[in-house]
Amino acid sequence: MSILINKSTRLIVQGVTGHDGLFHTQQMVNYGTNLVAGVTPGKGGEWVLEGKVPVFDSVKMAVEATGANTSVIFVPARFAADAIFEAADAGLPLIVCITEGIPVQDMMRIRSYLDQKGVRLVGPNCPGMITPGESKVGIIPGNISIPGKVGLISRSGTLTYEVLYALKLVGIGVSTCVGIGGDPINGTSFIDCLNMFEEDAKTEKVVMIGEIGGTDEEKAAEFIADHMSKPVVGFIAGQSAPPGKRMGHAGAIVEGSSGLAVDKINALQAAGVRVASHPEEIPSLL
Amino acid sequence: MKLHEYQSKQLFAKYGIPVPKGRVAATATEAKQIAEELGGRVVIKSQVLVGGRGKAGGIRLAKNPSEAEEMATLILGMEIKGLPVRKVLVDEAAQIEKEIYLGITNDRAARKPVMMASSAGGVEIEEVARLTPEKIIKAHIFPLLGLRDYQARDIAAGIDLPREHWRIFGQIARGLWQAYADCDATLAEVNPLVITSGNQLLAVDGKMVLDDNALFLHTDLAEMRDLDVEAPSEIEARKFGLSFIKLDGNIGCMVNGAGLAMTTMDIIKLFGGEPANFLDIGGGAGADKVSAAMRIILADPNVKTILLNVFGGITRCDEVARGILSALSEVKTKVPMVIRLVGTNAEEGRRILANANMVTAETLVDAAQKAVAIAKA
Repeated sequence: MSILINKSTRLIVQGVTGHDGLFHTQQMVNYGTNLVAGVTPGKGGEWVLEGKVPVFDSVKMAVEATGANTSVIFVPARFAADAIFEAADAGLPLIVCITEGIPVQDMMRIRSYLDQKGVRLVGPNCPGMITPGESKVGIIPGNISIPGKVGLISRSGTLTYEVLYALKLVGIGVSTCVGIGGDPINGTSFIDCLNMFEEDAKTEKVVMIGEIGGTDEEKAAEFIADHMSKPVVGFIAGQSAPPGKRMGHAGAIVEGSSGLAVDKINALQAAGVRVASHPEEIPSLL
Repeated sequence: MKLHEYQSKQLFAKYGIPVPKGRVAATATEAKQIAEELGGRVVIKSQVLVGGRGKAGGIRLAKNPSEAEEMATLILGMEIKGLPVRKVLVDEAAQIEKEIYLGITNDRAARKPVMMASSAGGVEIEEVARLTPEKIIKAHIFPLLGLRDYQARDIAAGIDLPREHWRIFGQIARGLWQAYADCDATLAEVNPLVITSGNQLLAVDGKMVLDDNALFLHTDLAEMRDLDVEAPSEIEARKFGLSFIKLDGNIGCMVNGAGLAMTTMDIIKLFGGEPANFLDIGGGAGADKVSAAMRIILADPNVKTILLNVFGGITRCDEVARGILSALSEVKTKVPMVIRLVGTNAEEGRRILANANMVTAETLVDAAQKAVAIAKA
């Protein structure tokens, strides 16, 4: 099984003719993702990848023509919020946004709107997702993971690749890997993924990769203690990071904890999560 | 991006928030002139981007212009938490009857901005939040709606503000929200917002922090950046689109990806070493960027070895290798490197870098242990 993406994902790429969009469209097609269309306003009617992928002017047109059910966004930060709203309004239930640098107030408006519409966003500022052997949506290299029964959730990019690779090297496969991204306000949280993995028949164990900042890992720890029956292994990056020089009090008042790695590790361990001291230790804890 | 008090107050004033009469001065003479213009008592306030200025002696009252000049001379020479005081704000001193806290920041968990206020404003507000959280009134702001007027009234009532002040408080709250939204701030804070002995509301202090991701929308605000808070190497790095933070150790790090970069530092420490820096070259870095990164790391005389850890996805290991060679041809150095390349074109990358001064490693652990051993030798 898997969560969120699989063989029945019908994907469109927003920003398909841009440098990154085009490169990764080729990679996704090579992997076997069912990529049905691309969108670049003004280039409707063209084709990319030597006639393999049709380009449309808008998401609505692409969905009407191809029955797409998922979008991946490679649009620059300045235009990314608009791209997300466009995808949501075109009726897509799942949007994956790779773009880094979206203003945080844009993200708050996006979440408000998407929550009301019941649309799921993964990201932004994320490498996307992969269900090995079935579909990859985003930029996660295709050759560093194998199909299996471990669910992986991560805030990081290349650190996620390290973990996928470390698992592959000892023959451990992944049901789905979800890069939830590094932005403070994003579309999908650890808890959202933990919940889905708990319900997914194919997933037997879960690995979560966190880092300093915010309280998502602490909240995830509570969720794990109260709702997870499947074992969870974790790693938190940033134990050696110097604490941020905070200015003003509002952040401290709102968050309470200062987002330190040690607090996250303690919270996870208290919830029964085995926390690795470095990523290469993860396979042995599973 | 942090703004100084005087910059924050300038913005607040534009949005209808009452601030004290005053101006910023770069010399003691200017401070004296401003004090003369203002007449009466003034407060000389160091302008540095750290908290705790008052406790460090960086905020002082002056009864007259010559005292203002004395205080300014004292404060302009100071360093507060490692930052030099280059400017002071000379404000009319207010007669303070009551101190209120009013601030807006993003509540990550709620995914909304939150406006907070307390009748126990002042320097101990974080203690108040910890010990008596019920004294902090919060109102979450719906991102698609903005601050509603009734929310400002609810806050005023919640902090027991006398009704005669509700109208002005509403104006201040709305102004603070508008400033926050218009400038893409991640923090806008007035602490304290005071009721003066003349029964007026006044924003005696002001702080704003702007969302770095949104600065491209606000070039005028971006120009307000104070470069003092960053080391020259960090300013240089930003020019090249590199994320760089200087640390105190002797093992230089160059990694693609922030999470992996932090992990690399963590592993170095795990095996007894000390990182000299955090450096994320980002995704898809080409030879130019890598070359710049090398030069910046090598500019630190403490660096005894450099650990290059690249897991190439979009990033091509051969491009990275070329960048390193390019840097080494410009900066002659004997600093040995530990190279750990995985992913796209890793083989070619290793081939390009094969020479006596480079040690290769397969795993993260291997790389860290080798780097630590070289640094200790």
